[in-house]
Amino acid sequence: MFEVVNSFHGLVLNGTTSQTSFPYLTTLILVPVFTALMVLAIPQDAQRLIRAIALTGSVATLGISAAVIDQFVTSTGGDQLVSTHQWAPALGISWSIGVDGISLFLVAMTALLFPLALYGTTPKRNTGSPNRNTKGFFAWMLILETGCIGSFLSLDLMLFFLFFELTLIPIYFLISGWGHSGRNRAAMKFFIYTFAGSATLLVGAIALAFIHQSETGTLTFDIRALGETHLSGVEGVLLFLAFTFAFAVKAPIWPFHTWSPDAYAEGPASSSIILGGVMAKLGTYGIVRFDLGLFPHASIMLAPIFLTLGVVGIIYGSFVAAKQRDLKRLVAFSSLSHMGFIVIGAFALTGESISGAVIQMANHGLYTAALFLLIAMIYRRRRSFDVAKMKGLQSQAPVLAAIFTIVMLASIGVPGLNGFIGEFLILVGTFSAHRWWAVVAMLGVIGSAVYMLWAYQQVFHGKPEMAAGEKDFSDINVRERLVLVPLVLLIVALGVFPKPVLDRIEPSVNALVAHVQVVDHGSVIHQQALRSAAGK
Amino acid sequence: MLSVITLPTINYTAILPELILLGGMLVLLALVSVIPKDFASTTYASLTQCIGTASLVSSLILWHDVARNGAFQAVAQIVNVDGFSVFIMVLVSSILVVAPAFAVDYLKDEKIAGVEYYILALVSGAGAILMGASNDLILIFLALEILSIPLYVIAGLNYRREASGEAAIKYFLLGAFSSAIFLYGIALVYGATGSTNLASISAFLARNNIVTPGTLYAGAALMLVGFAFKIAAIPFHMWSPDVYEGSPDGVVGFMAAIAKVGGFAAFLRVFVSALPTISSIWEPVVWVLAVLSLVIGAIVALSQQNIKRLFAYSSINHAGFILLGLVAMSSRGIASSLYYLFAYSFVVLGSFGVIAVVAKTHSGSADINSFRGLGRRSPVLAVIFAIFLLAQAGAPFTTGFLAKFYVVSAVIETHSYAIAVIAMLSAAVGVAFYLRGVLVMFSGLESSDSIGSPVENPIPMSRWIWSALTTCVLVTVVFGVWPSPLLDFAKSASLLFR
Repeated sequence: MFEVVNSFHGLVLNGTTSQTSFPYLTTLILVPVFTALMVLAIPQDAQRLIRAIALTGSVATLGISAAVIDQFVTSTGGDQLVSTHQWAPALGISWSIGVDGISLFLVAMTALLFPLALYGTTPKRNTGSPNRNTKGFFAWMLILETGCIGSFLSLDLMLFFLFFELTLIPIYFLISGWGHSGRNRAAMKFFIYTFAGSATLLVGAIALAFIHQSETGTLTFDIRALGETHLSGVEGVLLFLAFTFAFAVKAPIWPFHTWSPDAYAEGPASSSIILGGVMAKLGTYGIVRFDLGLFPHASIMLAPIFLTLGVVGIIYGSFVAAKQRDLKRLVAFSSLSHMGFIVIGAFALTGESISGAVIQMANHGLYTAALFLLIAMIYRRRRSFDVAKMKGLQSQAPVLAAIFTIVMLASIGVPGLNGFIGEFLILVGTFSAHRWWAVVAMLGVIGSAVYMLWAYQQVFHGKPEMAAGEKDFSDINVRERLVLVPLVLLIVALGVFPKPVLDRIEPSVNALVAHVQVVDHGSVIHQQALRSAAGK
Repeated sequence: MLSVITLPTINYTAILPELILLGGMLVLLALVSVIPKDFASTTYASLTQCIGTASLVSSLILWHDVARNGAFQAVAQIVNVDGFSVFIMVLVSSILVVAPAFAVDYLKDEKIAGVEYYILALVSGAGAILMGASNDLILIFLALEILSIPLYVIAGLNYRREASGEAAIKYFLLGAFSSAIFLYGIALVYGATGSTNLASISAFLARNNIVTPGTLYAGAALMLVGFAFKIAAIPFHMWSPDVYEGSPDGVVGFMAAIAKVGGFAAFLRVFVSALPTISSIWEPVVWVLAVLSLVIGAIVALSQQNIKRLFAYSSINHAGFILLGLVAMSSRGIASSLYYLFAYSFVVLGSFGVIAVVAKTHSGSADINSFRGLGRRSPVLAVIFAIFLLAQAGAPFTTGFLAKFYVVSAVIETHSYAIAVIAMLSAAVGVAFYLRGVLVMFSGLESSDSIGSPVENPIPMSRWIWSALTTCVLVTVVFGVWPSPLLDFAKSASLLFR
């Protein structure tokens, strides 16, 4: 990637600095956190004002991300809108951010989901949230947005790590402050698990930087420079594993998923949307960006292991999801299954499969968020996530049922909706490189149809039954429609016409694949040279 | 016959910060004897802060001098004036500027307001600075005593409370033991090398190959025990939870910070500059000390109910982190330890400052339940405490993160990967109890609109506490977001290490 990219990068950097001096990406990262500070400065009583400011801030972020898409040059594979500043030169850390085809839509998806989550799941009396402290809620959510966007945009490994860590704190407080009955345990489990992952990531990142320093003499965490490091086979594998453990926990990849059902189920709707929609992608994004970009040789070598884990996750997730009685746990396990697809897409290491993985990350974010929003709306009326306690909602809430159908079909991967294209590309790409894994993974598609349709049948079909004292199940109101409509529109639009998105993703993915092959080839030649030298 | 003793010429600017602190202490003592007893005791605090500021300014001037002209030795080669000692001077002086403000209210409330605390603090500050500057084992021993004896007294300052007296006795007895052990170590090292001067010891060991090194190793081991006691590294930590718990709330932050700074300053100095040739012997021992402190400190802290004891164990965990710099035994290692000490000092001062004001409203109980609902009672105070807790946990964009990052990167640089992973995993455990603290403060907010819940009054806080807390928060956050100045200071301090 970097041979090709660096030349592009130089061009684009010059282009952006001369033409547009507005620092889009820095603004994108800073607007949410400044909004959070403003929210904190307002007294708790001014709830309407707090809400208005928080929403304005997140919508402004969405606007800036739209501008970034507008500024994005389609045909280029390199990093764009790059901005680099010294931050802690003594430690080699710089404020270095940029966007390419791989991160562009993840950032846009993040910027879209946050305002929807803020608007749609504000803790209020009717959401069933036990905690109605909106100030803390909005502040943590906005800090979380900064963390997520910052992670996707960082071109400096340590800056990435800082933002990656920063996301943990708000999500911990969101789960434990606004979650359901088992929230404290779930939040702690989540935190300790992911923090342990970060521990190995930090050690690996520093070790990589020092290996790079011993080669070149400069201490830097710039991933473009680190990608050029020559690693011995053992070093590469160990560092790869140190990085991948963190990402595998975050994604989650089977068998590192045990925190996720609890965290998804016990957290409030807002945190589930962000965990499933955005933060899971931090893990898979990390795999694509850092594992493949920094350790191509180890990635190729260990790919069969991770392909297998991905496939196991797909099958295991579908089976366990089919057994769930709790709607949120069902989505949690379906997420595990869908993450499995993204993982095999990444490790199949073909242009199609990685493009599929990248577009699937954004698409999965959209429909998972929609699912969690819908489940939150059902919970608001029924005070339960238990499938057994619902029946026949379709006749009482036809619009809700219709939207649920669309989102569900997207999640199953029906052609014409946005869940299809990613899975299709992943399977095509994987089939060409690793046939049997693709064949087994295909079964997961069937599995997802089974558990989704089963759940739909339980909840929406049949004759409505109501326990004594329960209110009539009302259909979704205007505000709820306002939240769902953008998501449904995008789910349909991206399903029918994904080309503009793919056009922007593919150059970057092709550059990445080229980099992986070049470096792998190079290291093979390097090793052969060493062997022949040793032979002499 | 009359023997002539030639007195060394003394370069007074080299020891100006110490002189300012001790001279200021004498001025305070003199003032007390001439002014009426009911004189406002806050004046003493302000004066102490002024003395600390003067010492800070003189340290900065010395820094300028050292940075331009290089390190030098003074007073018959027993005092080092190098980047390292100046860093310690700056740090100790800054602690003395902040710490008195935390004590004012507490001393007044406990009716022990007087000049005693301030005098003792100044003396022990001078001791801590000398710990960093000494180039001679004998002077280090003296500095250790100058540092420690006032701390024993401070621990027992609140003589009306039994716990305070208990803490003082415990601290004193164990401290005296460790001083004796340390002194014996000095004697053995002197026996083995023929000198107490650090530079001479190092030169002697570099020139000569000691055939029977038992005496030297025993001496080094005993000195190690003495230092490990001072910094409360496991297994020499037994005193610290009891002393932290029993010591007066308003001053325990100062005790924790100054003892760690002084102890580590001399620890680093002696082992890195005098005994580098036998590092293969002591490094594994320090490795074990660090691992034990990291792991046991974090795990035991999990089960603590009293927040002062919790902080005692978390301090042990921090000591483990700071020891990583010594394990690395590199320039980066020393710089990272110094940076960690700086970050730790302000976080721990601020944390205990908050604990003191909260405990006061619960009749002195620092049980974790005293913090329940603090987020509603005093939201700003709760947020400040949350920042300190998160900084200790190593949250991004605080000094806590960079400190941990720095020490861990130092050991990775020397390929000690195992201890780096252990350290980060212990940090993961540590996060659990720091977050528990934050959670306790903000839990109970759920029922904020339930009618009839007793609304507690916000905690009353004086200007003193506010100003000191603000300073600590600013240091923690500003140097977390804009880290270069402090990092560069620590880095150049380690480069100008003799």
